[in-house]
Amino acid sequence: MDRKEWPLWEVFIRGRNGLDHKHCGSLHAPDERLALQNARDVYTRRQEGVSIWVVRADHIVASDPDAKPELFDPAADKIYRHPTFFKLPKDVDHM
Amino acid sequence: MTPHLEYLLRIGDSTLILGQRLAEWCGHAPVLEEDIALANVALDLIGQSRLVLTHAAGVEGAGRDEDQLAFLRTEGQFRNVTLVELPNGDFGRTVLRSFLFCAFLRELWTALATSSDTGLAAIAAKSVKESRYHVQHAGEWVIRLGDGTDESHARMQRALDDLWPYTAELFAATPVDDAVRTAGIGVDWASLRTGWEATVLPALDEATLGVPAASAFVSRGKLGVHSEHMGHLLTEMQYLQRTYPGATW
Repeated sequence: MDRKEWPLWEVFIRGRNGLDHKHCGSLHAPDERLALQNARDVYTRRQEGVSIWVVRADHIVASDPDAKPELFDPAADKIYRHPTFFKLPKDVDHM
Repeated sequence: MTPHLEYLLRIGDSTLILGQRLAEWCGHAPVLEEDIALANVALDLIGQSRLVLTHAAGVEGAGRDEDQLAFLRTEGQFRNVTLVELPNGDFGRTVLRSFLFCAFLRELWTALATSSDTGLAAIAAKSVKESRYHVQHAGEWVIRLGDGTDESHARMQRALDDLWPYTAELFAATPVDDAVRTAGIGVDWASLRTGWEATVLPALDEATLGVPAASAFVSRGKLGVHSEHMGHLLTEMQYLQRTYPGATW
């Protein structure tokens, strides 16, 4: 039977200005406006955010979990790539 | 009862009773997301009621509080408009009723933000933000369900045909309106009609729903004359305080 389920959307919330949007969960909604509306009701009712992004889950392209050795392991011994020696201005220091 | 108190009860009772109706959906909405959304709106409305009824109790000056006003008055003492006490029906009818009433409430809060009753003005300034979202939430659904499938369209049109006559009461002139307008406490509800129509009519049009012709029927909930549904609603809402008087938790 065709269940005609609403598509799945991934929800990203910006906690406060200066922070980036963080993935916080997913929900079902028939279209993008209702997805935003549902995200507001489901994920920001306890003052969690100042901005919401939603994206259709099937529009996200994900890396293959089995490809971890070739994708990520080579970075493990390259400490010189970390920009840890810069001082940020005070207002954005939590970035 | 002074016109001031009567006017406050009309507002606080209407938000309370609609909040109670929307709360009936808790655990029953068609999808989890809307279950939470309807409960959010219900809690916003009950929160508005708490503020208004607390303020009303102060204006009354008889030593009552918000709980006594909400849970220990009888049917004829409630001043909510009849529209909000009608049964929910299906999800479409529920959001349509919310849309019709919350669009009115948004106009009312906007106008009351400049009330000479500073307590009421402060409540209005806070509540109008909530009402803006309630209108948006319900309005999006009205448009989608009205302009949806044959089944959803037919249900929404039936709901509109049933509910529309009850909107006349929102704008019916009463001596209370005249008194509070003269005193600068509140607006005459009839004056909110233009703003309300500017929100409601384009949305119904977009929803491809036909607005029923005006009729002579005017419900009288705000005068304390309620439909047969009100007593049943109060029986459930007031059960705890009636059964265990003074219970707190």
